[in-house]
Amino acid sequence: MRHSATVILTLFASSAQIQRKRAYLTIAAIAWGTVAILLLLAFGEGLKLQLDKNRRAMGENIAILWPGETSKNYKGLSIGRPVRPTIDDVQWLRDRLPEAAAVIGEITSWRTQLTYGRKTINGRVTGTNWEYGEIRKHYPVAGGRFFGPVDEREKRRVVFLGDEMATDLFAEEDPVGKTILINNLPYTVIGVMQKKIQMGAYGGPDKNHAVIPITTFRAQWGRDRLWVLLIQSKTPEAMKPTLSALHELLGPKLGYDPTDEQAFGIWDTVKSSEITRNITFGIQLFLGIIGALTLLIGGVGVANIMYAVVKERTREIGVKMALGARANWIVGPFLLEGLIYTLVGGFLGIVIATLLVTAASFLPVESNQVLGFLGKPTLSWQIGVATSAILGLIGIVAGYFPARRAAAIDPAATLRYE
Amino acid sequence: MSLGLTKTKTNGVPAASNGSSIIHMDAIRKVYDTGKVKVEALKGIDLAIGNGEFVAIVGPSGSGKSTLMNLIGCLDTPTDGRYELAGEHVSDLTRDQLADIRNRRVGFIFQNFNLLPHISASENVEMPMLFGGLPVRERRERARTLLEAVGLGDRTEHKPTELSGGQMQRVAIARALAMEPAILLADEPTGNLDSSSGGDIMTLFNDLWNQGRTLVIITHDQALATRASRIVEIHDGRITRDERQ
Repeated sequence: MRHSATVILTLFASSAQIQRKRAYLTIAAIAWGTVAILLLLAFGEGLKLQLDKNRRAMGENIAILWPGETSKNYKGLSIGRPVRPTIDDVQWLRDRLPEAAAVIGEITSWRTQLTYGRKTINGRVTGTNWEYGEIRKHYPVAGGRFFGPVDEREKRRVVFLGDEMATDLFAEEDPVGKTILINNLPYTVIGVMQKKIQMGAYGGPDKNHAVIPITTFRAQWGRDRLWVLLIQSKTPEAMKPTLSALHELLGPKLGYDPTDEQAFGIWDTVKSSEITRNITFGIQLFLGIIGALTLLIGGVGVANIMYAVVKERTREIGVKMALGARANWIVGPFLLEGLIYTLVGGFLGIVIATLLVTAASFLPVESNQVLGFLGKPTLSWQIGVATSAILGLIGIVAGYFPARRAAAIDPAATLRYE
Repeated sequence: MSLGLTKTKTNGVPAASNGSSIIHMDAIRKVYDTGKVKVEALKGIDLAIGNGEFVAIVGPSGSGKSTLMNLIGCLDTPTDGRYELAGEHVSDLTRDQLADIRNRRVGFIFQNFNLLPHISASENVEMPMLFGGLPVRERRERARTLLEAVGLGDRTEHKPTELSGGQMQRVAIARALAMEPAILLADEPTGNLDSSSGGDIMTLFNDLWNQGRTLVIITHDQALATRASRIVEIHDGRITRDERQ
């Protein structure tokens, strides 16, 4: 065993320097394939991370419930009856639904007049509870704040602006502390939302609305019926049971059958993020296959050069056999050569790809629409492991078949004088 | 030319002694089956070569003498018959076992030298010892001694391409001697050489024989054949003449 290893290594060392130029080209092919697979996978990983981040920009583990109309008879109540949750139902639910991480009500006034100085725009004004700011990721730009429990209790006329709406109204000016008119009533701007890339929205993107305390909303508009009931579950898995429990409570209270699927229109973001995850996994798989095929071409290159080398060295192989080399001692150096080309090429490819990915991480992703969607290419250890495994496999296969051919050489035939 | 080599392992037997036989062939047949045609290259060879003999195998091309050489050198196995080399049955061994036999028992010398072109003369001579499992230092030392013995002590680090034909053949002879084989098997060893280098090589063979080695040479060269102690002529796969001189 040890003897064989010595022989194989010695033979390898004495033959490897021969085809230097071809070795470089082969290594370059493998490096290229490795760069291709790594960049594609890094791109897929970046896309996944960015999609994940963008998806979360609306809030995590939330479900949006729009009141609808009943489609089942319930305790003598007929089909087609509207379901009407009110602002007070929010507190009522909070007291009875410990499964939920948060229960929030929303009422919206569409196309509402907002005025600052001489500038008037029409926009969406949403009245909601103070917890909305954290859950729906309405983070304030430094210097501002979202409204709090006191604002809600005291029905204060304070407003939190979406970033685009703030720009529309104030242009370059700092809105915080200024007074705007909403339907001719004065409100103090207390904060502006930080810019964010948002994948999903209902009613419109968050950057385009103004948010005020729900109590203030009721005082000004005199409306009590919720436009949306927002539920946050404690974990993604808890969403389904939480929603069932909610229906068990609300059904009897509002007069609908808890199993009636038309009572509320429901957007369960947990369910839809599963779909997104599956799609991104599909994209990654697709990119990985393309990369692997590219790498395979490099592997074919290695096999090709090894075949050529075997053919060229047929006589040498015959001589070594005549001198007493066993089949393994002939095969070993070829396998080793193929494997080394692949591993050196693979290593170079990994280095180059890492440099490229690092360089790409300095790109300003957030300021660009397309990049904001695609994200930054990211390398993970899973990508490294997968690529190394493919490389090793290709190296072994690319060396094996030519080596087997070398071992099958008949020394008597090759040594026959020409 | 004098060879400062003394044999260490096997036969320290004086020249032309007919001791135990090194090669013993019994009704050897070899049939090449190319699918469509079957060619019977050897049609029943009985041949015994004793320790310390210098045998020239002659015959026209196509007579089967190359096939016989491949069989003697264990590069090929016979279709039929028994073959004993230095006391070992080699008729039905595996490829790797045959490789070991070639390594230990046979020293090959070819018409076209068959040196490995990318490595030095010394490394060429070391190659059989590498297969034989000798440690590095011993390989080096022995390669140097052997190359000095064939008059190439100052050429050990030269590549084959930097050597003349005669020098290359001497490297090949040093390589053939590396593992102290039972026989030296040469195939037209002077065929690619001019008459002067050819003469040197013949003298070298004579010296080796005088030291008690067993030589089997396949040749067209009458001058070389006449130096042998025994001439075996092959014709159409059969031995037609076998005489000692």
